[in-house]
Parts: sequence; structure tokens; C-alpha cells
Amino acid sequence: MPEDLINSYTTGPDERGRFGQFGGRFVSETLMPLILELEERYNHARTDPTFWAEMDHLWKHYVGRPSPLYFAERLTAHLGGAKIYMKRDELNHTGAHKINNVLGQIILARRMGKTRIIAETGAGQHGVATATVCAKFGLKCVVYMGAHDVERQAPNVFRMRLLGAEVIPVTSGRGTLKDAMNDALRDWVTNVRDTFYCIGTVAGPHPYPAMVRDFQSIIGREAKAQILEAEGRLPDTIVAAIGGGSNAMGLFHPFLDDKGVRIIGVEAGGKGVDDRMQHCASLTGGRPGVLHGNRTYLLQDADGQILEGYSISAGLDYPGIGPEHAWLHDVGRAQYVAITDAEALEAFQLCCRLEGIIPALEPSHALAHVMKIAPGLPKDHLIVMNMCGRGDKDIFTVARHLGFDMKL
Amino acid sequence: MSRIDARFAALRAEGRKAFVAYVMAGDPDYATSLEIVKGLPAAGVDIIELGMPFTDPMADGPTIQLAGQRALAGGQTLQKTLDMVAEFRKADRETPVVMMGYYNPIYSRGVERFLTEAKAAGIDGLIVVDLPPEEDEELCIPAREAGLNFIRLATPTTDDRRLPKVLQNTSGFVYYVSITGITGAAAAQAAEVAPEVARIKRQTDLPLVVGFGIRTPEAAEAIARVADGAVVGSAIVRMIGEGRPVPEILAFVKGLAEGAHRA
Repeated sequence: MPEDLINSYTTGPDERGRFGQFGGRFVSETLMPLILELEERYNHARTDPTFWAEMDHLWKHYVGRPSPLYFAERLTAHLGGAKIYMKRDELNHTGAHKINNVLGQIILARRMGKTRIIAETGAGQHGVATATVCAKFGLKCVVYMGAHDVERQAPNVFRMRLLGAEVIPVTSGRGTLKDAMNDALRDWVTNVRDTFYCIGTVAGPHPYPAMVRDFQSIIGREAKAQILEAEGRLPDTIVAAIGGGSNAMGLFHPFLDDKGVRIIGVEAGGKGVDDRMQHCASLTGGRPGVLHGNRTYLLQDADGQILEGYSISAGLDYPGIGPEHAWLHDVGRAQYVAITDAEALEAFQLCCRLEGIIPALEPSHALAHVMKIAPGLPKDHLIVMNMCGRGDKDIFTVARHLGFDMKL
Repeated sequence: MSRIDARFAALRAEGRKAFVAYVMAGDPDYATSLEIVKGLPAAGVDIIELGMPFTDPMADGPTIQLAGQRALAGGQTLQKTLDMVAEFRKADRETPVVMMGYYNPIYSRGVERFLTEAKAAGIDGLIVVDLPPEEDEELCIPAREAGLNFIRLATPTTDDRRLPKVLQNTSGFVYYVSITGITGAAAAQAAEVAPEVARIKRQTDLPLVVGFGIRTPEAAEAIARVADGAVVGSAIVRMIGEGRPVPEILAFVKGLAEGAHRA
């Protein structure tokens, strides 16, 4: 615990849902009463031991937590510097960290008496996690997914349908993740009585950024206990990939007040962070704006119109970032860097060959940054990176980029 | 007294209800859009709502989403929308113009700068969908200080406990959203709207207009009968999207206005 809370980085958001100037509740009046009710019900749930008892039970028996903290021995030897640990959240049920949060929101939805769950999804991981938990609890599930993503992520679309979810291809706007989020919000505005909107990342109107962070913080809490057990001390550096930023926020949050721990978020640099804007690095290449209920860094043009991001990784393909990251960036507690498609692809392959782990393209970005910094660090420097998802969903994309014909 | 206040005072004196028409600025292009806007007062429109195009209009249905995309594809910017109002104002000093849209383009331009320019262009009020009263200090209060009306939306989910907060910094008029949903969706039912209007009127003296889900002269009449006015957007915007000639669009608007004015 910090000695005095005034200097703590963990007290946010304030009662208006702000992290500094970021966050807030920029939604239409129709949704405002719903968001206030959600906040009230979440505040009640998070101080209720029976809520967390239910979460802990499902995290253990349904998700498979705690996920291991794994010493990547051959990768460490190969890079020749810092000692690299991976937080193995790709071993969770459904193959990514997304389910940590979905469980929390759906238990809350059940407590609120909601019978219909809606979600947005990009790569499909959050959609699959939501469809999964809805199947488990017998809830109606509707997933909005950009038409373009429906096409390129066909296996996840089929998984969601197998799990009983209705997948709605979104053709509004340009048919991407941000448009899927717009359509989910339009659904929510229309179906206010019975519907719960299960947001997949640490963005959206308050209380979502704080609530999703709280559910994902299990990652960082476990990692902290595990590294203390393995090494008897805290890590020197923690690294995670960022699209909206939920896996990163989950790892970072329990370490924010550990001043000796360097925190690095890795954004998707796409084809390079420059004027062509073919990237998703909101902090590195964007500026503050208001979208999807919160103020944060956004990719936008000079007139405040939102730009499409680009990344090889569909899960990082979002023009915004969670407001708490925007704040951590501005106050300097965390550092944010960008990794290109090419660098992520290289890390993806190296991880497969050296560790026998096929990582998702999202954590491959984090790993690529680890590959950059580890060789220059001393051997007793401890790095924990978040292996937030497995790469089964990405093998088609990777094959295409490597010029490998999958049609055997 | 703002131009909006003056317009409602005049309507009250004449015993008429207000007809409010929404079109998207720059849809399908600047010149056609300006021609339509210029023709609205003669078609019987009492207040013009001018949409500011935005890439991510989360409260709008497909019709207005597409209008925004057409406008943006045609090169519409916030500057051009301001220019359009200034151009309109050269010939019309009476008809109130309310800009309606989303916060980011305004925030991006800078609130102070935007308010100064909007005032100078002859804009009378603002409706910004994603600024609830919880965020009043962002734009609502600065707008009021700059002499612009900030018109709030009240909705079926705005209960009596919350209503005072929604009405608190509202001026000009109150816009009641007749349905839970997006623009251009389900049809508004006068029988359902009437008690809601009465509920809101118990807490405010401001005029109250009703919008969302009104498509025909008959519906405009039925809704205007139970409120101080009716708003039509998507039905007009749809005709613009179909590429109908401007006189045909204005004739349709005239029919809607006559409907509302019969009430």
C-alpha cells in the first residue's frame, strides 16, 4: 500500500468518472439513466463479498485461473539480457483475457435482472467470451461485428453461432470495430429495459473503464504474487499490448503504486506511425477527443472526424484507447510505444519456435517490444509481459503475410 | 430574447404550433444543401435544425448516418457548416437555426472558438446529443454565456427524479425524444407522447417540441396537437438521399408543415 493516498495512482476515477481530464460520461440522455443505474449497482456489487466469491469460483473452475507465470528460458537466453516472464492468460477458457471481464459483467447483469446481453467485437475474442458465458447462464446474446471482420474472422463467427449467439454483421460507417460499437450503442438505446451492454475493453462511458479494469486486475494481482514467489521481489518492467487497453490495464493497475516498476504499453504501429495514419497508435499518433462515451486520445482528422485505424491485429484495430491509459500517459506513470506489423510478425514466429507457444498477434506486439529492450538490460532485470491471447485465430492472417498457402 | 424565444412567442400569439425541420449540412453537397435550407422558411418551417456531420453518429439511424457520410464525402467541414448558416443569414434574419450533432468536431475546434464563430454566423442554439447534463461545463454553460441556447433532449428514460437536472440549464425549448431508439426508427404514438409531454410541462415553462419517428403530415399534426411543435428529420433526409429535385423536397416539407400547423 502507498504511504499516503494523495500520491496514489490507483484512486481514479473521480465521482464524475474522470481520470484527470479523461473519461467522463458522453452519452445521449436515453442512456444516461441506464449508466447511472449500472454505476450504482456495480458500486454495490464490488463491495459485496458474495459477488467476488461467485467470481472467484468461476475464475477457478470455469476459466482455469490462476494462469501461470512462466519463465521464458530460451527466449531469455536468445535475447541475452533481461529475464523474461510471461503471464499466461492465453491459457484461459476461450483463449484470451477477455473472459475475466465478461464473467464479471454477466454476473452483474444477472443481479440486475437483465435477460439480453449485447456486445461488440473486433477480432471476435470478446464476442466469443460473451457468447460463452451467455450460453453457460442461458442468456440471449447478440454480438455486433463489423462486416469486414465477419469475413476475415470466420472461425470466431462460427464459434459464436455454435454457442447460440446471434452475430450481426455491421455495415454502417465502414463496418469496423468502432462501427460495431456504434451499433451496439444504438441497440442499447432501443432496448433499454431488458438489455445489458457488455463492453469488451476499458473504454466507454463511466463506469465501464473502471469496472472492466477491476475485473481484469486479477491478471496483475496474480502476477504480483507469482513473481514474488518466483523471484522474491517485484519485476523491474511490465509490458502489455494495447488496443482499447484492457489486458494492459489489468496487468498494470496493481503495480501503479510500485514506483520501482517501469510500465510500458505497446500500441499497434501498423505500417508505421506517420502521416499516412495506417496504424492504431492513439497515444503515439492521436490527440484528445470524445468518442463512445469518453474523452481520450483518438485518431482523428483536423476537423474532429474519427479515422479508421489499421493494424495486422484485428484486436488492436480501434481508433481510441481507454481513458485511464490516456491519463497514465499524460502524467508519465506509464510509457507508451508503438510496434509495427512487421516487428510483431517476427516476434510471433520467434515465440513459436523458442517457447512452443503460438501467441495471438496482440501480445506479439508486446513481445516485439520486449525483444527490443531485453538485450540491453542486465541479466537480473525482471520483465513480465502479458501473453493475453493465443494465436489460433491468427494463423490464417499470419500465413497470408508469410506467403504460405493454407489451401492444402 | 433570443431568436428562438421570439419565434415561440410569435407562434403562441398566433395560436400556432411549431414545425421544426432537420437536414444535414452539406448533404448531398454544399450548394444543394444551401438551396434546401434557404427554401425551408417559405415551406413553412419555423425552426431549422442543421445537422453537423460526424463519422460516428451513435444516436442516429441509417438514414441520417448515410446523410452524414454523403456530406463528409462531399467535403463538408464544420467551417463550411458555419459558412452555410452565415450565407443563409444574409437573406433571413428571423428563422432560428439550431445546430445539431455530436461533441467531438466542436471539441476538436475548441469550444470558445466554436461559440464565437457560431454566434457570428447567426446560429441560435445547439443540440449536442452526447452531452448529458452531467457534462454541462463542457459546452452547455459556456454556450449560454456566449448567448446561445442549449437545447436538451428529454427521453422516455428521463424519470421525474432526473428531469430537473435535465431542465436546469436548458433554454430555448425542450426536445422530447418520443421513443427509446435512434432517429428514423419506430413511429411515435401521440397517445403515448401526450402524458409524457404533460409530465415534462409540469416542471418547465419552456416550449416543448417532439421528435423521432414522425414521417407524415398526419403524424406531425397528431404530435403537434399534444405538444408545442413537431420535428421531422429522417423523412426529409431520406428524400434528399434519393436525389429528389429540391422543389419536390420542399413541397414535401410544406406538406409536413401544414400538418403541424393544422394542430
